[in-house]
Amino acid sequence: MTDVLSRTEQVTQTPPDVPLTDPEAAPAKTTWTRAGNDPGAAGPEVRRSTATIRAVDIIRLIGSALAAVGFTSWLFFFALPLEGELGFVLISYGMFLLLFGILTAFDENRPTVRDRMASVVMHSLAFMLLLALFSVVIYTFGRGLEPLGFFNFFTEDMSNAGPLDGLDRGGVLHAVVGTLIMIAIALILTVPLGILTAVFLTEYPGPFARFVRTVVEAMTALPSIVAGLFVYAIIVQFGFTRSGFAAACAITVMMLPIVVRSADVVLRLVPSSLKEAARALGASTWRTVWTVTMPTARSGLTTAVILGTARGIGETSPVLLTAGATTFFNFNPFSGPMTSLPLTTFTFVKSPELNFIARGFGTAAVLMVVVVVLFLAARAIGGRGPGQLSPRQQRRRTSASRDDDYRFRGRELGVAAGAKSRKRAALPPPEPIAPSKKE
Amino acid sequence: MTLVGLFLLLRGFEAIQAAGPSFITEQAWDPNSGKFGIAAVFMGTVFIALTAIFFALPLSFGTALYISEYAPERIKPLLVTTVDLMAAIPSIVYGLWGFFFLSPIILPLSQWLATFIGPWFPPFSVSGFDPNDPLATLTVFSASTFIAGIVVALMVAPITSSIMREVFQQAPLGEREGALALGATKWGMITSVVIPFGRGGIIGGTMLGLGRSLGETIAVFLIISPVFVIQPLILEKGGNSISALIALRYNEASGFEISALMAAGLALFIVTLIVNFGASTIVARSRSGSLGD
Repeated sequence: MTDVLSRTEQVTQTPPDVPLTDPEAAPAKTTWTRAGNDPGAAGPEVRRSTATIRAVDIIRLIGSALAAVGFTSWLFFFALPLEGELGFVLISYGMFLLLFGILTAFDENRPTVRDRMASVVMHSLAFMLLLALFSVVIYTFGRGLEPLGFFNFFTEDMSNAGPLDGLDRGGVLHAVVGTLIMIAIALILTVPLGILTAVFLTEYPGPFARFVRTVVEAMTALPSIVAGLFVYAIIVQFGFTRSGFAAACAITVMMLPIVVRSADVVLRLVPSSLKEAARALGASTWRTVWTVTMPTARSGLTTAVILGTARGIGETSPVLLTAGATTFFNFNPFSGPMTSLPLTTFTFVKSPELNFIARGFGTAAVLMVVVVVLFLAARAIGGRGPGQLSPRQQRRRTSASRDDDYRFRGRELGVAAGAKSRKRAALPPPEPIAPSKKE
Repeated sequence: MTLVGLFLLLRGFEAIQAAGPSFITEQAWDPNSGKFGIAAVFMGTVFIALTAIFFALPLSFGTALYISEYAPERIKPLLVTTVDLMAAIPSIVYGLWGFFFLSPIILPLSQWLATFIGPWFPPFSVSGFDPNDPLATLTVFSASTFIAGIVVALMVAPITSSIMREVFQQAPLGEREGALALGATKWGMITSVVIPFGRGGIIGGTMLGLGRSLGETIAVFLIISPVFVIQPLILEKGGNSISALIALRYNEASGFEISALMAAGLALFIVTLIVNFGASTIVARSRSGSLGD
C-alpha cells in the first residue's frame, strides 16, 4: 500500500530541473502544482512535504488520549461507582475515539474525519491482537519462570515427586523424551506419505487427484479430538493398550493433511520449464521428480514438514485420548502409556496444588520454546522460493558444473569417465565458467 | 483418509440407531440408560463458536487491513510472521492463559454486561444474579461460554486474519490508484476497492475460523464447566461443546458409550466439513476474480 502512495506522490512532485515559470520548457505545468497555475505567484518553489503523517494528527492523537484518560479517571474515582482495570481501559478507549472524532471534525470535512477514525480503529485492532499474543507469551513465561530456574526440571521425571514436594524435586524430561519419540514416529510416517501424496497431486493431475485433494482439504477440517477418538476406538476395538505409537498415529492423522497441502503448494511453484527440460533429456517421470522437482523445491518441502511438526508437537487432545499419562520414563513406544509436553502441561494444571500449576506453566514454556524455534527455522529455510540458492549452494553448484566440464573434456580426450580432481592437473584448463545464476 | 469418516459413521451408526431421532433433540448425555442426545452439546458448541467469531471477526479484519494497508513497509514481514506464529502456538497455552489470566479480568466486564445490558438483552442475563445484592460473588460468571469464546477467538483470529490479508493484498493496484487519483481518502479507497474485492476472502476466512472454533477442544475443556442443558445465557457459568464432551467422557466409557461419542464426533465432523468446504469454495472463487468486481 505504501508504494501506491509514494508513487502517486512522485507524480505530484515537481521535477527540480524544470523552471516552472518558463511556459516553453514545461508545457504540462498546469497539471503539476498549484504554484504553476498562478503565474503571479512566481518565486522559489516551496518543496512539498511528502510525509504521510502530519504534526496536527499527532497532536490530536496525544491530546485526545490524554483527555480520555483524564476524563475516565474522573469518572472512575469521583463521579461513578465503577471499578476494574478492563472497564477503565474500555471506557478510556471509547472516550478517546469520541474526542478524537470531535477534534478532527473541528477543522476537517466528513470524509476526512471518517478516514482518520477508521485509521485509528484499524491501528488499535491490530495492536490489540499483537498485545494479546505478547500477553499470552509473556504470561506463560512469567508463571513458568519459577520451575525453569531449577535444574532438575530438565533432568528428572516426576516419579519421585509427591504431590506436596517442592519444585526442587521432579522434572519433565520424561515428557520431552515422550514428545521426541512420538514426533519422530509421526515424522517417519508423515514425511514419505505426505510428500509422495503431494508429488502425486502435482505430477498426475486428473479426476482421482482432484478427489484426493478434496479429501485432504476435508482432513484439515477434522477436529483434533475426533482424530484422537478415531485412533482410540481402533485401540479399544483391537484390544491394544494406549501407547506412544497410538498417539503418534493420532498426531500423524493431524499432521498429514497440513504437510500434503503445503508441499502441494510448493511443488506447484516449481517452474515447468525445468521439468520439461528434464523430460526432453529423456528422463522418466520419477527421475524428473527425484532429480529436478524435489531438489528445486527442497526448502519449501522442509518448511512444510517443519510447520507440520510444530503443529503436531502442540496437539494435546489426540494425545490425551491415545497416549495415557505417566510420571516416569518410558522409552518403548509400543507398550505402556507415554506422555508428551502438552499432555503433561494439561495434567499438571488440572491439579489444585500450586507447585503443580507452576510446573504446568514451566512445561508450557518449554513447549512454546520448541514450537517457536521450529517455526523460526521454517521461516529461515522457507524464506527463499524454489530455485533460489544461498551463496554456499551457488558455489557448490558452480563447482559441480566445473567438475562435469572436466569430465566431459576427459571423455573427449580418452581419459576414463569419472575422472575427478586428481586428474584435473593433467587436463588443459577449461574455459572459465561464469557462475551461472538461476533466473 | 476417507477411512476416518467411514469408520466414524460405522461406529456411530450403532448409537444413532439406538437413540433414533431423539439423538438430535435430547439434551441429557447418559448413553448407558439409553437417554442421550447431542442437542445440548451441539448448541453449546455453536454458542462458543458464535461468541468466538463475534470477537475474532473485527479483530482479524482490523489486523488484516492494518497489515495490508496501513503498516509501514519495513515492519510488514515482521507482522506477518508474528501473526503466523500466533497461529502455531499450541492450544493448551491459550487455554492456560485464558483460565489463569483472562478469567479474572473478564469477570467484572461480565458483571457489568449482566447488570446493565442483561435486563434488555436476554442472552446477557444471568440467572441467580441480583445486581442489587452487594454481597453477590462473581463466581456465577466464571467458566462461562463468554470466556471460552474469547479465548477461542484469539486462537482463530490469526488464521482468519492471514486469509483476509492475502485477499486484500491482491486487490488490483490500478483500481487502488484510480480511487486515490479521484480524490478518495485512504479509507474511501479501502471501502470502494479493497473491501469489495476482498469480500470473498472476508466471508471465507470467517467461515474457516468458524470451522476451527467448532472443533477446538483443550482450551474449552480447561475453561468451561460442563452442563448438559442448552445454555443460551452466555455469561453464566457452565456450557459445553462436543469436543469437550469427548475429552471428558472417553475415559470411563463403555463400548456403547464410545459408540455414542463417535456419533457425536461424527456430527461435529460433518458440521466442520460443511463449513470448511463452503469457506474454501468462497475463498477459491474470490481468488480467481469472479467475485472481485
